[in-house]
Amino acid sequence: MPTLKELARRPNPLTGGHSACAGCGFPQAVRLVLMSIEEPVVVAGATGCMEVTTTTYPNTAWTVPFIHNAFENAGATISGVEAAYRALRRRGKIDREIRFVAFGGDGGTYDIGLQSLSGAMERGHRFLYVCYDNQAYMNTGIQRSSATPYGASTTTSPAGEAVPGKIQRRKDLTAIMAAHGIPYVAQSTIAHWQDLTRKVKRAMEVDGPAFINVLAPCRLGWGTDPAMTIRVAELAAETCAWPLYEVDHGQWRVTYVPKQKLPVEEYLRPQERFRHVFQDKSGQLLAAIQRDVDEQWEALLAKAGQSVDGKAAARA
Amino acid sequence: MAATEAYRITERRRMTMTGAEATAEAMRQIHPDVVAAYPITPQTDIVMRFARFVADGVVQTEFVPVESEHSALSAVVGASAAGARAMTATSGPGLALMHEILYVAAGYRLPIVMPVANRALSGPINIHGDHSDSMGSRDAGWIHIYAENAQEAYDNLIQAVRIAEHPEVRVPVLVGQDGFIITHGMEIVEVLTDDEVRAFVGEYQPERYLLDVDHPMTVGALALQNSYFELKRQLAEAVKRSARIIADVGEEFGRLTGRYYGLTEPYRMEDAELVIVVIGSTAGTAKDVIDELRGRGVKAGLVKVRVFRPFPARNLRDLLRQARAVAVLDRADSYSGLGGPLFAETKAALYGLPQAPVVTGYVYGLGGRDITPEMIASVYDDLGQLAERARTDYAAVAAEAALSVRYLGVRER
Repeated sequence: MPTLKELARRPNPLTGGHSACAGCGFPQAVRLVLMSIEEPVVVAGATGCMEVTTTTYPNTAWTVPFIHNAFENAGATISGVEAAYRALRRRGKIDREIRFVAFGGDGGTYDIGLQSLSGAMERGHRFLYVCYDNQAYMNTGIQRSSATPYGASTTTSPAGEAVPGKIQRRKDLTAIMAAHGIPYVAQSTIAHWQDLTRKVKRAMEVDGPAFINVLAPCRLGWGTDPAMTIRVAELAAETCAWPLYEVDHGQWRVTYVPKQKLPVEEYLRPQERFRHVFQDKSGQLLAAIQRDVDEQWEALLAKAGQSVDGKAAARA
Repeated sequence: MAATEAYRITERRRMTMTGAEATAEAMRQIHPDVVAAYPITPQTDIVMRFARFVADGVVQTEFVPVESEHSALSAVVGASAAGARAMTATSGPGLALMHEILYVAAGYRLPIVMPVANRALSGPINIHGDHSDSMGSRDAGWIHIYAENAQEAYDNLIQAVRIAEHPEVRVPVLVGQDGFIITHGMEIVEVLTDDEVRAFVGEYQPERYLLDVDHPMTVGALALQNSYFELKRQLAEAVKRSARIIADVGEEFGRLTGRYYGLTEPYRMEDAELVIVVIGSTAGTAKDVIDELRGRGVKAGLVKVRVFRPFPARNLRDLLRQARAVAVLDRADSYSGLGGPLFAETKAALYGLPQAPVVTGYVYGLGGRDITPEMIASVYDDLGQLAERARTDYAAVAAEAALSVRYLGVRER
C-alpha cells in the first residue's frame, strides 16, 4: 500500500484547470482511483459533470487516454475498448499490460446506463467500473435519481407542503452489482483514501470485472460548504448512511465499522437538501431516515457475518 | 484445425448462398479485430454464422455478444477508437435503437462497417424488408451503400472496409441489403479467395488510437459553439469527398473481379425516355421488366441508386438529362405528404436542369409487401402517359407529377 505522500507523487491523471466546482467530489474519486493503479490505463466516462468539466474542446484535463461516448453506455464502450485490447494483443500488435476503468455518475450508472453496465459485467470483461455517486442528476441541475436517498429534496423531488422530498428508498446498486457474481464489488467514499486505494488495488488483481461505488458529495446539489465535502463524506460512513464494504468473490466484508455509530442527523444537518427534515417538528421524517439507515446497516452486517464491534459474529 | 481448413477458400468459388451467408462469409474473410452484435431478424443469420467462425477458431476476432444493439454500436465505437478494425450488423428496430450512437460514430470519424438487413420499423411490428430503418438514419453522417442481390451484399461489404478506412474519408459505412428478399434468398455468389479479400482490404493502421498509451488522447470531448460546427463541417466534406473514393474502390474491385461498381448503376439508359430510379432488390425485378418492354419498343431504362449517402446528385443529373419521364420508387415513406426521401432528393438533384424530365414518385413494398413485374410495368405505363401529356402542357404536367405520390400495390379501401 502506498502512503499518501507516495500517491501524491504519482503522475496526475487529471490535471487542474478543469471547470468542476470548488469542493466538487468527483475529481477526488478520479485521482484516488487512477493513482492507485500502477499500469497504464485507458479510461471511459459517461456523460455527466465529470466529462463536461474535464473535456471542453480544445482542452482536456486527462493525461491518460480517455473516451466519452454517450450518457448511457460507458459499460459497453469500455467493453469494446477492452475487446480491442484482447484482439490486438492476440495479433501481436500490443505487448504491454493495460488496465481499463470506466467512470459514471449515479445517473449514468444506476439509471440510464444500468443495462449497458449489467451486460458488460455479465460478459466478464476485465475492467473496473467506478460510480462517482453524488445521489442525483447534478449535471442537469439536481434532479432525483434512483440513488437519491429517502427524504432528500431535489428539483424533481422538491420538499413541499404535501410531499417531503423523495419518498422512495435508494436503489442498492452495489448489491445489484454483487448479484452479478463478478469477482469484486466494493463501496467507499472520496474521504477514505486508504480504504479506496486498497479496494482499487484489489480490483486490479482480480481476473474479471470489478465495480466500486464511491460516494462523492456534490456541494451544489447537497447544499454544503465547499470546504466540507470530505467531512460530509466521512460523516456518511460514521453514521453508516453509506457503509464501507466489499464483496470479494462472494464474500461480504464490512471494511469500516465505526467505533461509535453517529446518529444520522450528524450527516444530514450540514446538507441543505435535508433542511426540511429538521423543520419537521414531529421529527417523524428524521426518525424514518434513521430507521432506514439502521435497517440497512444491520442487514449488511448480517450478510457479512459481522457484529457492531467489527468482529466476525459467531456462526451457528 | 480440420474445421479451420474446411472454411478456407483458396480458389474462387461460385457458391449457392443467401445474402446473410454471403455477408458472414465476407466478414470471415475481412477478419475484423472486434465484432459486437446483437441478433435481430433478419440479420440473425449473419451474427450466428460469425459466432460459429469464432467458436471453430476460424477467425481470431474478439466477438462481443452484447445485450442490445445500443451496446453493440457503443462497444464498436469503443473498439474502433481503441485502434481495432471493428464491425457490427443490425436490422430495423436494432438500427433505430442505435440511432443516437450512429451520430457519435460518424462525429468521431470512426471507420466502422455495418451490414444492415433492411427491415420495416414498428409499429405495428413487422420483420420484413423495407428501407424505413436506414432511411431514418440517413442524416447521421454515415455512408450508405445498398445491394441489389447477394453478390452485391458480399462485394459491397468488402469495398466498404476500404472506403471507411481511406485516410481522406474515415467515415462509418452502412451496407444495406433488403431483409429476407436478399438476406434469405438463395443465389449464386462468386466468393473470392481469402487471400484476395485480405489483400484488397489490407491491414488496418489507425493513425491515433486509445491503446497507444504513450500518446494519450481524449476522444469525444465536449465541443460547444466555438468548435462543434467546424467538426460537423469537416464530416460533411469527408462524406462528399467519399464519392470519388467509392468510385475508385469500385473500379479497383472491378479490375479484380470483373464486377465494376459506381455510385449509381444505369441499365439500358443510352436512349431511355421512361426511367425508374430505385434502390435495392427491386432493381433486379425492374431490369427484367425493361428487357420485356424494350422487346416491345418501349424506351424504358433504370437508374439503380447504389450509394444513397453521399447522394449521387451529379450522376442522376447526367443520367436523367435525356429522359422524358422519371418515376422514383421509395421503399420508405417520409410522411411528408410527398412520399419518400429518394423522390425528394432526386427532384432536388434535377432542379434547374433545362428541359428536365417530368418526375413523379411512388411508395411501394412497405413491410415486405411484394413488388411484382406487373406493378413495375404499370409504372412504365404511367410514365408513358405522363410523357405524352407533357408534350403539350409540360409545365402543368411536370408540376402535378412532382407534387403527387402514388402508393403501389396497396389496398386503398
